[in-house]
Amino acid sequence: MAGPVLVVGASLGGLRAAEQLRAAGWRGPVSVVGDEPHMPYNRPPLSKEALVGAAPFASLAFTPRSHAADVRWLLGHRVAAVRLRDGVAVLDDGAELGFAALVAATGLRPRRLRCPGPAGPASGRHVLRTLTDARALRAELLRPGIRLVVVGAGFIGCEVASAAVRSGVREVVVVDPEPLPMLRPLGELLARALLRLHRAHGVRFRLGEGVAAFEGDGRVTGVVLDGGQVLAADVVVECVGAVPNTEWLAHNGLDLSDGVLTDGQLRMGGLPDAYAVGDVARFPDLRHGGLPRRVEHWSMPGDSARHAGRALAARLAGTDAGLAPFAPLPSFWSDQHGIRIQAFGAPELGTGDVRVLDGDIDGDVVAGYHAGGRLVGVVALGGPGTAAAAARHRARLLRLPLSPSPEEHRP
Amino acid sequence: MRVVVDKNSCQDHGQCVFAAPGVFRLDDQGHLEHLTDADEAVREEVEDAADVCPMQAIRIED
Repeated sequence: MAGPVLVVGASLGGLRAAEQLRAAGWRGPVSVVGDEPHMPYNRPPLSKEALVGAAPFASLAFTPRSHAADVRWLLGHRVAAVRLRDGVAVLDDGAELGFAALVAATGLRPRRLRCPGPAGPASGRHVLRTLTDARALRAELLRPGIRLVVVGAGFIGCEVASAAVRSGVREVVVVDPEPLPMLRPLGELLARALLRLHRAHGVRFRLGEGVAAFEGDGRVTGVVLDGGQVLAADVVVECVGAVPNTEWLAHNGLDLSDGVLTDGQLRMGGLPDAYAVGDVARFPDLRHGGLPRRVEHWSMPGDSARHAGRALAARLAGTDAGLAPFAPLPSFWSDQHGIRIQAFGAPELGTGDVRVLDGDIDGDVVAGYHAGGRLVGVVALGGPGTAAAAARHRARLLRLPLSPSPEEHRP
Repeated sequence: MRVVVDKNSCQDHGQCVFAAPGVFRLDDQGHLEHLTDADEAVREEVEDAADVCPMQAIRIED
């Protein structure tokens, strides 16, 4: 089998998949298709350093490994449809690309609020996922005297609020139906600490309330809450989660109910030459009970591409990489108002049983998250040294026994 | 193999320490220290460390 490998998606997961194929010895052609006009770039700074102007947008491009220099990049193109069993992908302009193996790395797109009011590029309503999004939002944050409403108090919403304050925006209001910011990933104890931190830096919150509509003629002037109250707004950022980009995979018999379901080797639909990587992949999470999950953290594209790249390169060479099922230990971080949040494992699965492991909740703290009495995640929150403080507990998470893979359950 | 860390970008995340513990470590204050000359035998580990750096601050010069 000498045909090309087609990687669909030209962000971190697509880049790393191409590099790992080369690192594992695949010398045949590799093409990467991506809908953005840019070469792959690092997204986390878009809501942090780059949004406050501390890192130039141009500095965010990844430097591909030298052995991947002959990878072909088809940028500004979207794969509209694919026939996995025939090895044919159809681009948005109708062109067809043949492939011998495929890696799906199409990631996510921001979810949008569906409610009445002004909409469109000039409406003052923003999302934050791409370089283009971040440039547009940065330009708005620099306008003097703006009133900003952030809808959604998750990772991105909280980071945008922090970046806005650092950029000099005086009126920042965060709206969320949940009672606390970042409640789902962090649980109540740390979410309360985070709320205090934001309030100390002048961010206001409207928690327990949703958005019913936007006011304005062409451009947004206000945000109407569920209760009818109106928050004056010149700029709105919608940070209400993300939707997996899987439409192009339809009609291949795959489970696309939440991302694309894979097996323990990250193969889609039991096909031997079709893999998924990054936050679009829903894989059996052997580290946490074996149920398939998607994980949206930055560590996932790299970890999954390393696994899939090696497995696929071996398959193309006619051998078996003999890899144990994919079982990453996720990690994530966030920077808000000069404070670092660093996590390992899956704290979101243990928010019902949170215990302080080090420090105390009014200062630098490390919290342990437990499910069924077992430690499943740690989160550190604090100043310099926070990452190291969390890392001291990482080894305990790695020692947990893995669940049997679904394949092993079969008779 | 020369290992270069851009100290202006580095934020002491420590992910490199897990990937290449023989080359990178965090000191008592949690700040990154690293070998500037690493053995060719650990090239793959250092490449992995460069990959997982959230700030993309690690470079290998041959």
